[in-house]
Amino acid sequence: MKISVIITLKKDVLDPQGKVIHQTLDGMGFDDINEVRQGKYFEIDTKENDKKKAQEKVDEMCKKLLANLVIENYKIIETQ
Amino acid sequence: MNSSVITFPGSNCDRDMDVALKKFGFKNKMVWHDDLELPKSDLVVLPGGFSYGDYLRCGSMASKSKIMKSILNFAQGGGKVMGICNGFQILVESGLLPGVLLRNKYLEFICKNVFVKVNNKDNSFFKDVKKDIYEFHIAHNEGNYFCSNNQIKEINDNNQIALFYSDENGNVNKKSNPNGSLQNIAGIYNKQKNVLGMMPHPERMIDPALSGEDGSIFFENLINNLK
Repeated sequence: MKISVIITLKKDVLDPQGKVIHQTLDGMGFDDINEVRQGKYFEIDTKENDKKKAQEKVDEMCKKLLANLVIENYKIIETQ
Repeated sequence: MNSSVITFPGSNCDRDMDVALKKFGFKNKMVWHDDLELPKSDLVVLPGGFSYGDYLRCGSMASKSKIMKSILNFAQGGGKVMGICNGFQILVESGLLPGVLLRNKYLEFICKNVFVKVNNKDNSFFKDVKKDIYEFHIAHNEGNYFCSNNQIKEINDNNQIALFYSDENGNVNKKSNPNGSLQNIAGIYNKQKNVLGMMPHPERMIDPALSGEDGSIFFENLINNLK
């Protein structure tokens, strides 16, 4: 079973990379952007076939390693 | 005094730290990250470097390595633990210290000498230290200290800030902040003050012919305090 997770920076955390991407896009002519925030995306292929159990496991992985909850939020976005 | 320096895959200041500790009288042992047990130690040091290539987040992989369980127990029992640079990042990722180290504000890898001001001396690391302002070297890409509003309040209430980035006269301001760290924080303690994390490298300042001697003052004082 494949589970996708997306990790984003919390609202009040500075994202200098996002800012530079924003500036570059602006310079390329995409000048109607309010803000760019950069995040991370994971695809986890697990042997667990029970959807609920698999999601619980991934939730634990996010809390313990994949995300740092001081600065990041995570969301399980897709299970297939 | 016995010390242990942990080597993770990608550590690159472990030997410098070994040289520094031995120079000032520690009997130091190098400990591999995959070991389960710590040798008998009065001080455990997590050195600088780029453990696991800084994958995922700096220090995140190393904070889950086998030896860290023993280090957590050691620290919870009051053992002295010091993390320098990547070692500081590993300590925050392991939960021994609050907060996190973000990418430097201006996205530059910073490699230069800076001045730091000692804030709280009421602990084994800086007690009775002769100087308040030190010239140390920094070399990092992720040294921008950050934590939540609640955490920073708690850190200040418990007097957990160890070092501020300052100028040579001890002025702590925006100009003397190299990486955007919250409140110019260069180093912090845990609540009990037996765990210290800092971005600057005192082990690079132990030889006047090569760099400077402010690190020597730090290490001499440290070993005296631990005796």
